[in-house]
Amino acid sequence: MIFFDRASNLLSDLPAIVVTVPLLAALIASGAGWINRKAPFIIAIASLFVSFISSILLLLQVTSTGVVIEYRMAGWAAPIGIVYIIDHLTALVLVLISSVSLINLIASKRRIDDQFRNKEGAFYSLYVLFTAGLIGMTTTGDAFNLYVLLEIASLSGYALIGLGSNRAPLATLNYLFLGTIGATFYLLGVGYLYIATGSLNMADIASIIPKMMNSSMILFAFIICLTGLLVKLAIFPVHGWLPGAYSESATVAASLVAPLTTKVTIYIMIRLCLSVFTPQYTFQHLETTDVMVWLSVITIVFGAISALSQKDYKKMLSYIIIAEVGYMVGGFFLGNKMGISGAILHIVNDAAMTLALFMVAGIFLWKTGEDSRESLKGMFGKMPFTMAGFTLAGLSVVGVPPTCGFFSKWYLILGGISAGQYGFVAALIFSSLVNAVLFFRIFEIAHFEPFKEQHPHNDHCDEQHQAKSHNEIIKEAPLDMLIPFIAVSLLLVLLGLYSGAIVNNIIHFVIPKGII
Amino acid sequence: MEQMLSFIAAKANYWTYVILLMVGLYAMIVKNNLVKKIVGMVIFQTAIILFYVSMGYKQGGTIPIVMHDEAHHGATSAAIKAIDYINPLPHVLMLTAIVVGVATLGVALSLAMKIYQEYGSLEEDEINEKLRNI
Repeated sequence: MIFFDRASNLLSDLPAIVVTVPLLAALIASGAGWINRKAPFIIAIASLFVSFISSILLLLQVTSTGVVIEYRMAGWAAPIGIVYIIDHLTALVLVLISSVSLINLIASKRRIDDQFRNKEGAFYSLYVLFTAGLIGMTTTGDAFNLYVLLEIASLSGYALIGLGSNRAPLATLNYLFLGTIGATFYLLGVGYLYIATGSLNMADIASIIPKMMNSSMILFAFIICLTGLLVKLAIFPVHGWLPGAYSESATVAASLVAPLTTKVTIYIMIRLCLSVFTPQYTFQHLETTDVMVWLSVITIVFGAISALSQKDYKKMLSYIIIAEVGYMVGGFFLGNKMGISGAILHIVNDAAMTLALFMVAGIFLWKTGEDSRESLKGMFGKMPFTMAGFTLAGLSVVGVPPTCGFFSKWYLILGGISAGQYGFVAALIFSSLVNAVLFFRIFEIAHFEPFKEQHPHNDHCDEQHQAKSHNEIIKEAPLDMLIPFIAVSLLLVLLGLYSGAIVNNIIHFVIPKGII
Repeated sequence: MEQMLSFIAAKANYWTYVILLMVGLYAMIVKNNLVKKIVGMVIFQTAIILFYVSMGYKQGGTIPIVMHDEAHHGATSAAIKAIDYINPLPHVLMLTAIVVGVATLGVALSLAMKIYQEYGSLEEDEINEKLRNI
């Protein structure tokens, strides 16, 4: 009996466990690196596993009972204390964050140990701290607490990205400047919300705002908060930091930061518009739809065109990410059921696709030592499983059924048509065509071009060279990289096949009542 | 003129924070030297801290500590009124924001150090020139 009591206590503490375990593990991991070099990895993976299991349990709990979980930190009730809120959307994003972080850690362990020798403690600590910050941002129900966790995630993200190539520190410093402007604008907006409503609790603010729809202070707070988040999202005029930061960073760090940062920021934007400023204010009172959808149309078109002109694979991916941010922001601000469902579904799908594409970059970098497009020549014959997974990921970004990319795009396009935003629909189709060109160009290089010899001009030491290249002949990636990657690429198909279930069982409950 | 002056004086704290905010933003965008940009970032963050601190202040308010003797002897006759005390919440929030600011400054300076080791300069145009030549 006592055991069951304890177990049920533990279950009711899950919203705290999911954040605090990685947060504490980050502190312990940095110290444990001094004692034992293997310890940080074990601590990191154990803590991420705990938060993965707890977020799965939370998702099951929320979907089976349908009740929003409210966890009071230290027992203080809502408007005064800080509460953690787990609803359908939160639980979905929690599972997403913890699984992406866990899978990527398993896949990149070998490369982390290789690249950050003697700095493992610091690296794993930052890795887990970043995840803890994102999980905290997702769960918190307090506007100021959100700022603090946003900065925890951002600061550890800057440090992770800064550990890249020679150019990484400069790109990261630019990212840090813009990231700080974004976060500080958000803080300023929260200050005005506090002056206007006298509360920092999201639900409390949402209950006060309908009484003061016409207040100019609320309007200012909305604009400033949204501007701050859009800077962090790399929407068109302020996108400059993203391609540099993501392409110069170490691939192990980029494959964690790139799939998660922008997606979680979009989640924060959705949370802010729906749970703080209320959908009536965002969509009906302010009529944000036109401005925001056109802004995202420009972002999509710009991202797609810039991606076409890139030679570097990671830089191309960065511009694709910018275009995908446009999909989600535009889809959400369409303000109808289809659009919002599509945007939320795309958060999940895009994180999985981006993770798969960056994992491919990691595998090629490990195998060939370079990650330009040309180095992919003839790779299909050498690494069939990796290339099959890569093909799936590429098709998913293009939006070919039955991969998941198709279904979220389908929802977005239907939403665009029913909102009458044909510019958005056109931009989506344009960007899909551009993605098709981008990926089929790579497929062509990988399938039909002959395998590139390392030094074709070296005639003198031909024999020696041949022997060497025979020894170093490129084979399939090691299993600990390959299995997580194959799992992610199969997940892309599964997410596609079960997208109806996700929409009906989870996303359906997120859409507020007034929205058709 | 007098009207305008009194208008400015009545909201002096907000004017100050807006001016500081703009000074910081200007430095972050326009300055060529990376350390000057970082200084601009610190001014930018400090402006927000001043904004929060001034928002909690009340004219004639006192520090929000309930004295023991008041609570025991005087409180029965004169109830404690919230209006007599300044609002401590924004001040406490800013303790956290100051810590965040220091951490950001630390990360920014360490990145600037790495950049200096790499390029031997902190002037953005010189760094860009070196990048172009590579």
